Amino acid sequence: MATKQSRSAARLMMAPAVFLLLVWMLVPLAMTLWFSFRKFLPLRGGDLGFVGFDNYVRFISSSSFWPSVQTTLIVVGSVLLITLVLGVLLALLLDQPIWGQGIVRILVIAPFFVMPTVSALVWKNIFMDPVNGLFAHLWKFFGAEPVQWLSQASLPSIVMIVSWQWLPFATLILLTAIQSLDSEQLEAAEMDGAPVLRRFWHIIVPHLSRAITIVILIQTIFLLAVFAEIFVTTGGAFGTKTLTYLIYQRVLESQNVGLGSAGGVYAIILANILALFLMRIVGKNLDA
Amino acid sequence: MGRITLQQVAKSFGTTEVIPPLDLEVNDGEFVVFVGPSGCGKSTLLRLIAGLEDVSGGTILIDGEDVSNTPPAKRGLAMVFQSYALYPHMSVRKNIAFPLKMAGVAKADIKKKVENAAQVLNLTEYLDRRPGQLSGGQRQRVAIGRSIVREPEAFLFDEPLSNLDAALRGNMRLEISELHQSLKTTMVYVTHDQVEAMTMADKIVVLQKGVIEQVGSPLDLYRNPANLFVAGFIGSPAMNFASGATAQEFDATTIGFRPEHLKLSPEGGDWTGTVGVSEHLGSDTFVHVDIEGVGKVTARADGDISLGYGDTVFLTPDRARVHRFDVHGLALR
Repeated sequence: MATKQSRSAARLMMAPAVFLLLVWMLVPLAMTLWFSFRKFLPLRGGDLGFVGFDNYVRFISSSSFWPSVQTTLIVVGSVLLITLVLGVLLALLLDQPIWGQGIVRILVIAPFFVMPTVSALVWKNIFMDPVNGLFAHLWKFFGAEPVQWLSQASLPSIVMIVSWQWLPFATLILLTAIQSLDSEQLEAAEMDGAPVLRRFWHIIVPHLSRAITIVILIQTIFLLAVFAEIFVTTGGAFGTKTLTYLIYQRVLESQNVGLGSAGGVYAIILANILALFLMRIVGKNLDA
Repeated sequence: MGRITLQQVAKSFGTTEVIPPLDLEVNDGEFVVFVGPSGCGKSTLLRLIAGLEDVSGGTILIDGEDVSNTPPAKRGLAMVFQSYALYPHMSVRKNIAFPLKMAGVAKADIKKKVENAAQVLNLTEYLDRRPGQLSGGQRQRVAIGRSIVREPEAFLFDEPLSNLDAALRGNMRLEISELHQSLKTTMVYVTHDQVEAMTMADKIVVLQKGVIEQVGSPLDLYRNPANLFVAGFIGSPAMNFASGATAQEFDATTIGFRPEHLKLSPEGGDWTGTVGVSEHLGSDTFVHVDIEGVGKVTARADGDISLGYGDTVFLTPDRARVHRFDVHGLALR
């Protein structure tokens, strides 16, 4: 890209892609903003004109709003915690030379390839079913009363399913990070008199900090939008209504596009607050 | 005290025997260099002493105490690695303090010891930097600092200078020698560079394929190499060898003569040869000569000698300093 000519040629060739991406982002955003200021009830009269900030006020004053924000944060937070802790441990385990390493690694990554809807249905019907589920059988085997997972422990169940899906991602990223650790550093620490646990805290964890940051940032983006897992299991009942799910209900179940769009704008704001917060805490790990 | 004794120590990886059983004595305060070509097992031997590898047989004694199954941290040894193995996320201060912190030393003592070590190694102004912001030589000094604060029984160095450029390597060689003079602690040093071995060691251990070829002081090895391998490995430029009729004259299968023990003359001598490339170093000139019936040899001449490519010269070996070897490559004395 040295000459003026090649630079402008490059710009020209990149233009369609940039244009497409911009349109892809700006049109839905503009439409969401547009609808959020209108009273739009598709089945009850259609577009009924501007209502100012009415939708925003109604969405936030609804009794489901704050609980849904709380649920969203709980889901994101717990899944992050579980996938990071188990991910580090699994990565450490997979880094050990074992027989059949290749196959084991593929098995560990497998859940990531299963569609969210499918994996949620598998969990719901095969594991968590209170009558025929594997967990129910396990509980009965030990003489305990089977847990009605999705109604009695609904939020932990969702967290469990989503964690299962995202654990492979965290493990994979952390495993590659662990593999890049210079073994001489660990040996030096061993010579310096650091036992296993302190080697872990003083050498391995700091080495992983950048990978952990990436896992946190990427997972947060996707976890804020968790939908399918809730849709096919609890349908938003039993306190599993996240902000994303609430917006879905407002738009499609109550057929109120305006109200849902206002919720969408709140979701954007929440995501940005969270992103700002995360960049403050962990973003510094990405420098140098 | 830091006397290290190896008795019949052996190491195998699976079915491959890397080090056949060997005996070795490292006396207290000695600077011992393990030298040999790459893959000769010298680093493995050092790691066995450090405890980073388990012995497959034999015993390792430190000050008469069997440490063969003692974990590395409890052997009282400190090691400097080839890659320095500094902790990249810690400042220089924290790097040097790490072993003390692990040993549970009081904070005030740590501070004092770290600052002392930094002073000795000229690191005082770099204490708050990260290893990534230091040059190769400074990192090397931090690695040494980290090992001296523990006041170990012995230091182990695993090719510590091989990542440095030539000038810096020369400086660090001196610094490590001086450190040894001031600390008087046992040091075991691994290198593939015979110059490092010759200049620093009290005692050189020449290894090949896991076997000790010879142990001795630098000059001892230079003057009386036990076999062809040691003769060819020690000394720079390497010793010249000749066999056949030339060697028969000396009642040997092979004879060896060092470049510095060859006399060059334009008028006359024992052998006649054709001059090839001359390497002018200023102080010396290394002349490569092709001698009929002997082969290609290197001779050391004065710095101001002027010989052209293809000139004819006469060479005479210093007969008292010709090394003679038998059929098995062992020295005849």
